[in-house]
Amino acid sequence: MTKSELIAELAAANPHLLARDAERIVGTVFEEIITALANGDRVELRGFGAFTVKRRNARTGRNPRTGEAVAVEEKFVPFFKAGKELRERVNRGRPAQRLADGRARG
Amino acid sequence: MATITRAHLAEKIYAEVGLSRNESAILLEAVLSRMAASLEKGESLKISGFGTFSVRQKGRRIGRNPKTGVEVPILPRRVLVFRPSQSLRARVNGLEPTGADDE
Repeated sequence: MTKSELIAELAAANPHLLARDAERIVGTVFEEIITALANGDRVELRGFGAFTVKRRNARTGRNPRTGEAVAVEEKFVPFFKAGKELRERVNRGRPAQRLADGRARG
Repeated sequence: MATITRAHLAEKIYAEVGLSRNESAILLEAVLSRMAASLEKGESLKISGFGTFSVRQKGRRIGRNPKTGVEVPILPRRVLVFRPSQSLRARVNGLEPTGADDE
C-alpha cells in the first residue's frame, strides 16, 4: 500500500469527506510525526507503536573500497517500535515466542 | 523531550482540516487502522517522504533466556520493520531534505 492508496481508501470509506480533506488528514498525520521527530520529541500511538529518535555516536568508519579510515560524525536516526497489538496482528496465527521471564522482545 | 500522542495528532487534524474534534479523532483512528490492516495482510506500506513499513519473515532460531541461560526455541514469526526515508533521516539531523525522495 502507498500513501495515495491510503488516502483513496480513507476517502472511499468516508464519502462525506472531500477528496482534498482525506489527503490533508493523511498528510497532517505524517507531517506532525516528522515535525515531532525533528524536534527530538517522541510520538507514541498506543496499540500501533512509537516513533523515536536514536542517537548514534561518532565513530571511525572505513571506506569499504579503499579501507581508508573516515570520521563519522554523531547522528540521529528515526526509529519505530511496533506496539503490542500491531506486533501481534502482523504475526497473527504465529504466536510470538516469549522468553521464559515473560519480557517481550523487540 | 515531549511525547506526542493521538490527542495531539487529532487536534492538528481539527485545526488543519476544519472537521469537528470528534470526527478528527475518528478519522485519525481510521488512518491508523487501515495502515495496520495493510500490514496484517503482509503488505508493505510506502509513505513517500516518510518511510516504508514492511513485514519480515524470521526463521526459527535458538534463543536464550538472558537471566537463566536456558535455551528456548524462538519459533518462526513475522516482524514489522520501519525504514525511514532519506528526507526523514535528514530532518531528524536538522538538515533540509535534499533531492528526490520516493520512499
